[in-house]
Amino acid sequence: MKRTYQKPTIVKLQVGLLRDKKSSLSRLLRREIDGVPVRDLVERFGSPLFVFSERRLRQQFRYLKRLFEGYYPRVEFSWSYKTNYLDAICRIFHQEGASAEVVSDFEYEKARRLGMSGDRIVFNGPYKPKEILRKAVEEGARINADSLDEILDLEEIARETEKKIRIGLRVNMDTGIYPRWDRFGFNLESGEVLNVARRIAAGGRLEVVGLHCHQGTFILEPEAYGRAAEKLVRLARRLEEEFGWTIEYLDLGGGFPSRNRLKGLYLPPEVAVPPLSEYAERIGRALLASLPPGDYPLLILETGRALVDEAGFLITTVRVCKRLPDGRRAYVLDAGVNLLFTSFWYHFRVEIEKEVAGPPEPCVLYGPLCMNIDVVEENALLPPLSRGTRLILSPVGAYNVTQWMQFITYRPRVVLVTEEGRVEVIREAETLEDIVARERIPEHLR
Amino acid sequence: MKISRLAMNDEGFIFDPETGNSYTVNETGLFILRKLKEGLSPAEISMALSEEYRVSFEEAERDVEEFLEDLKRYGLWRKSHD
Repeated sequence: MKRTYQKPTIVKLQVGLLRDKKSSLSRLLRREIDGVPVRDLVERFGSPLFVFSERRLRQQFRYLKRLFEGYYPRVEFSWSYKTNYLDAICRIFHQEGASAEVVSDFEYEKARRLGMSGDRIVFNGPYKPKEILRKAVEEGARINADSLDEILDLEEIARETEKKIRIGLRVNMDTGIYPRWDRFGFNLESGEVLNVARRIAAGGRLEVVGLHCHQGTFILEPEAYGRAAEKLVRLARRLEEEFGWTIEYLDLGGGFPSRNRLKGLYLPPEVAVPPLSEYAERIGRALLASLPPGDYPLLILETGRALVDEAGFLITTVRVCKRLPDGRRAYVLDAGVNLLFTSFWYHFRVEIEKEVAGPPEPCVLYGPLCMNIDVVEENALLPPLSRGTRLILSPVGAYNVTQWMQFITYRPRVVLVTEEGRVEVIREAETLEDIVARERIPEHLR
Repeated sequence: MKISRLAMNDEGFIFDPETGNSYTVNETGLFILRKLKEGLSPAEISMALSEEYRVSFEEAERDVEEFLEDLKRYGLWRKSHD
């Protein structure tokens, strides 16, 4: 009896993974951020440390502004506060001309505090408490209504103030992407938007002057924006004809990707993420093709991640080296998922502050929390690191310094490297005092 | 000859003491390497394969050829050794 045949194979074992120094490995090295040595940053401000680059923030804003203005004549960028609402970061974007896009009373008040007048604020979000809604109405904010209940609230405010309120409608629609975000606003295909419009017209207290659509997040399909733009233009025309309103702005929301590596995507971001110019082109073309000449409503974009993600770095230090039972190397860093909320969906770029000799090998990067979920990277390829080695993780500029949590340990400093190369603290490290200041001990427990 | 210096175990783990590289081969891969070590020609090996396994001589010959290309790529085999 002959044996079962199998095609002969030979596989080289990648134990050593010895590579040419000039190859991809050299990309692992980052000695400085915008000219400031990583070592100096840590010695002066401690580790872990968030570092933002003012130069990158401004460059990216100017690049995107020019890009979109190249395809459509009237564009306004509205800085998405939830992506990163540190004062200094918001100030930089406001200086560059961005308005503020807020989704809560806290964010609204923060934008006002930073000197944004009401008419420079776009107010979105599924729940706008009545008090802040009233304030936003009085101050002339662009309010995009998300539900019928909110429209009823707005009508009530209009009744109280005896003034007609100009609002935007938040619309969700099929643009060919999955998952479809259909929980925000009114559905287009089902006719819900038109029903609501009829209801608004019948009420006579509100006037629709804008349309808003936010499709989702990290959208890798530029054509989806083209479709959204086209559908919004068609809806705008219908509303203008049927109700006599003038649609002054079309807001396409955010959701543009950064060059971060999404988990589950095999290809590196340079390959998998379409360039932002493609998004600008699709949007511009769709608008210009479907709008009558001379009638150009303001295009509002609520770009968050695409503006800020790549300007943020986190410096962290290897505090413990160990071997796991399965033989893999593991390192415990002083920054974990408490600071890096986005590590749940990204593989960050991991760079080392100095050249480290030795063959790279797969290893796990753990955070300092005493929690099993505290894994910053399940599978990094790094040479053998010694205690005290500093790693630089990026891009981390989006969502981390808003969604981070005070959990188990303190949150670190955030610094900004200015265009002149100075380093300024833009958020101080937390202290025990900060954390306990809001606690109260009842008398009988003292 | 390079092949003769390779250390092989029954599980198909191959070590090249000259470069320090290691490889794994499957059962038929190991079969071919052992025959090469014994000094058999590719044609003889293909014949031996088709006698030992459920495979035609033609298919074995093609696969041996391909396998030898892999060996060549890893610097374990040269055509002049034929």
